[in-house]
Amino acid sequence: MSASVGKVLLAVKGLTAAVGGRNVLKGIDLTVRAGEVHAIMGPNGSGKSTFSKVLAGHPVYEVTGGEALFDGVDLLALTPEARARAGFFLGFQYPVEVPGVANAQFLRLAYNTVRGGRGKDELDPLEFDDFVREKMKLLEMDPAFLDRSVNEGFSGGEKKRNEILQMALLEPRLALLDETDSGLDIDALRIVAGGVNHLRSADNAVVLVTHYQRLLNYIVPDFVHVMDGGRIVLTGGKELALELEARGYDWVEEAARSKAARAA
Amino acid sequence: MSAVLQSLIDQPYQHGFVTDIESDTVPKGLDESVIRMISLKKNEPAWLLDFRLGAYRHWLTMTEPTWPNVHYPKIDFQDISYYSAPKPKAKLASMDEVDPELLRTFEKLGVPLHERAALAGVAVDVIFDSVSVATTYKKKLAEVGVIFCSFSEAVHEHPELVRRYLGTVIPSADNFYAALNSAVFTDGSFCFIPRGVKCPMELSTYFRINTQESGQFERTLIIAEEGASVSYLEGCTAPRFDTNQLHAAVVELVALDNADIKYSTVQNWYAGDENGLGGIYNFVTKRGLCKGVNSRISWTQVETGSAITWKYPSCILLGDNSVGEFYSVALTNHYQQADTGTKMIHVGRNTRSTIVSKGISAGHSSNSYRGLVKIGPRAEGARNYSQCDSMLIGQQCSASTFPYLQVQNHTAKVEHEATTSRIGEEQLFYFASRGIGNEEAVSMIINGFVKDVFTQLPMEFAVEAGRLLGLKLEGSVG
Repeated sequence: MSASVGKVLLAVKGLTAAVGGRNVLKGIDLTVRAGEVHAIMGPNGSGKSTFSKVLAGHPVYEVTGGEALFDGVDLLALTPEARARAGFFLGFQYPVEVPGVANAQFLRLAYNTVRGGRGKDELDPLEFDDFVREKMKLLEMDPAFLDRSVNEGFSGGEKKRNEILQMALLEPRLALLDETDSGLDIDALRIVAGGVNHLRSADNAVVLVTHYQRLLNYIVPDFVHVMDGGRIVLTGGKELALELEARGYDWVEEAARSKAARAA
Repeated sequence: MSAVLQSLIDQPYQHGFVTDIESDTVPKGLDESVIRMISLKKNEPAWLLDFRLGAYRHWLTMTEPTWPNVHYPKIDFQDISYYSAPKPKAKLASMDEVDPELLRTFEKLGVPLHERAALAGVAVDVIFDSVSVATTYKKKLAEVGVIFCSFSEAVHEHPELVRRYLGTVIPSADNFYAALNSAVFTDGSFCFIPRGVKCPMELSTYFRINTQESGQFERTLIIAEEGASVSYLEGCTAPRFDTNQLHAAVVELVALDNADIKYSTVQNWYAGDENGLGGIYNFVTKRGLCKGVNSRISWTQVETGSAITWKYPSCILLGDNSVGEFYSVALTNHYQQADTGTKMIHVGRNTRSTIVSKGISAGHSSNSYRGLVKIGPRAEGARNYSQCDSMLIGQQCSASTFPYLQVQNHTAKVEHEATTSRIGEEQLFYFASRGIGNEEAVSMIINGFVKDVFTQLPMEFAVEAGRLLGLKLEGSVG
C-alpha cells in the first residue's frame, strides 16, 4: 500500500522501560509513517499495553534507554499533556470513570486545549455542542452521553466509543488504540472500526494494539508486529494476523527462541 | 506523582496581611471583672450583663468537648484578650469618617463597602475584630422595616427584640464554647425581617480577625417573622500569625410561620502554614429554629480555612411541615482538621430535612463529617435524606463519616448515602493524555464534586467560592 512513501511520524529505537525496578520493555524498534496502519499483537503480558502507556507518558513507568521521536521531536522529553497537544493520542483499554464531571465539559476542555494549541479558535459550549453531535452521529452515539459523567456507568462498548469520539474530536496525527476491540460486540466493533477508518488520512497514522485478528478484518493493517517478552519479535504484512489466528502465538515464541539461540 | 498532588494544594494565603490600626485591646485574661468591663464599655443594660454573668458562671463548671475527631494542645483561656476594637477617632456619622486604613483593608479583602456595595446590591455589615464598624444600606432596608445592624446597636435600639430572642435557640449553657461566647461576645450582627416582608437584597457580613492574641466572639441573631424571607451571607478572613487564635461564634436563627431563612457562609480563616503552624481555631455554634409551621431554614457552608473547624449548623424542626437543609463543602489541606456536619432535630409533623455534605481532604489533613438525624416521637411522616461524600487527594490525608440516627417514630423515612473517592494517578493521566494539565483536571473534578452544594449558593458567592477552592488546591496535585 502506502508503505515507505509517507513521512516518518514515529521512530522508536531501542526503547527500554521499567516499572518498580523490573524491566518490562526490552528494546523496541518501530517506525510508523503517515498514512500507515500498524497492528501490534501478542499474548497477555507481552508488553503491548505497557508500550502504549510508555509512549503516552504514564508516570508509573521509567524509561531506561532508547528513544522515541514523534515527527522529529523527542516525545519522551514531553509531559503527557504536551504529547497530546503535539498530536499523539492514546485510546485507553480501560478508560477511567470521572464522577461529577460532565462528558460534554470534559470533551470541550480537551478539544479546546489540544486544538487551541494548534492555533484553532476555541469553541464555546453552544458551538461545541453542534460540533460534537456531528461527530457522535458517526459513532452512532446517543447525545445523552454528553450529559453523563465521564465514562461513569458506561458499558464496555460505550466507553470504547467515547474513546473514538475523543479521537474524532482531537484529530491526532498518530492514534494508538489499546485493545479498542476488547469487550465489543460485533455491531459495536463495526461502528468503532468504521469511525477509525473514517478518520484515516494520508497525513495521519493508526497503531492498533490487539489480541485478536477480528478487528483487522475491519481496519486492514499495512504491518503486523508480534510482541513477546517486551520486544517486537516478528513483523509481517496483514497475512501474518491470519496466520496468528490460525496457529496461535506458540510458534512465534518458539521461532523467536531458536532465532535467539542461533544468534548466541 | 504524589509530589504533583502535593504541590497543587500549596497556595499561599492571600488575606494574611495585618492592618496597622490603633486598637483598644484589653489585657489578657478572663474573670467577672473583664465581663463587667466589656458590658460597661458597650454601655449595656443590666439584663444583658446578667445574661453574660450567668453564662460565665455556668461555663466555669463545664469542660471542653473532647469527642470531636481533632487534636490540639490545651487552650489557655487566660492567655486570650477578650476585647479588641479599632479605636474610633470620633463617633462616625458617615462612611467618610471610617479610618482610611480600615477601608484599605476591606478593599484588599475585596469587600464592596459603599459604591461597590451599591453596584452589587449587597448590604454589608463589617465586623473588624469584635466591633461592627460600618453598616451600609441601612436606610433602604429601614424603608421596608428590615432591621440590619450591629448587635451592639440592636441592644440599644431594639432591646425588646434582642431580649425576646437572645439565647432562645442556643441557651447560654448549651455547650462549652457557646457558654464562653455568651459571657464575652463583643459584637455581631442583628437582623430582623418583619411579618410578610421579603428582604429586598441579600444581607452580608464580613468578619475579620486582625489582632494577634485576641479571640473573636461574635454573635449573630436573625429573626424572620411570619411569611418573611431573607438570604444572609457571611464571609470570614484573618491575617497570618504563627500563634493560634480562637474564634467562638454563636449564630441563632428563628423562623416563624411560613418564614424562610437562607444562611450562606464562605469561611476562609487563616489555616496555618504548610507545617500546621498557626491558624484559627474555629469553634462555632450555629443553630436555627423552625418555630412556625411551613418554615424553612437552609444552611450552606463552604469551609476552606481555619486550623481546626468544629461546627454543626443545625435545625430544630418544631413547626409542622417545616424544612431544614444543610449543604456543605469542607476542604482541608496541609495539617488542617475539620469535624463538621449538622443536626436535624425533627419535632413537628411532616418535617423534612436534607443533608448534602462534600468533604475534600488533601495533604496531611483530617476531615470528618458528623451528623445527627433525630426523629422525635411526635414527628409523624418526617423524612430525611442524607448524602455524605468524601474525596481524598493524595495518600496522607484522611476522611471519616460519623452519622448518628435516632428514630422514635415508625412512620419516619430516613435515607443515608455515603461515598468515598480519590483523585488518583489514573484519572490525572487520563486527563493529561487529552492535553489537560493536572491543575485543570483537579479543578474540574473538584468542581464536579461540589456542584450540588455550589448551586445552593447565591451567584456572586458561588463564583468566589469556586475561585477559593481552586486557590486552596493549587499545587496539591502533580
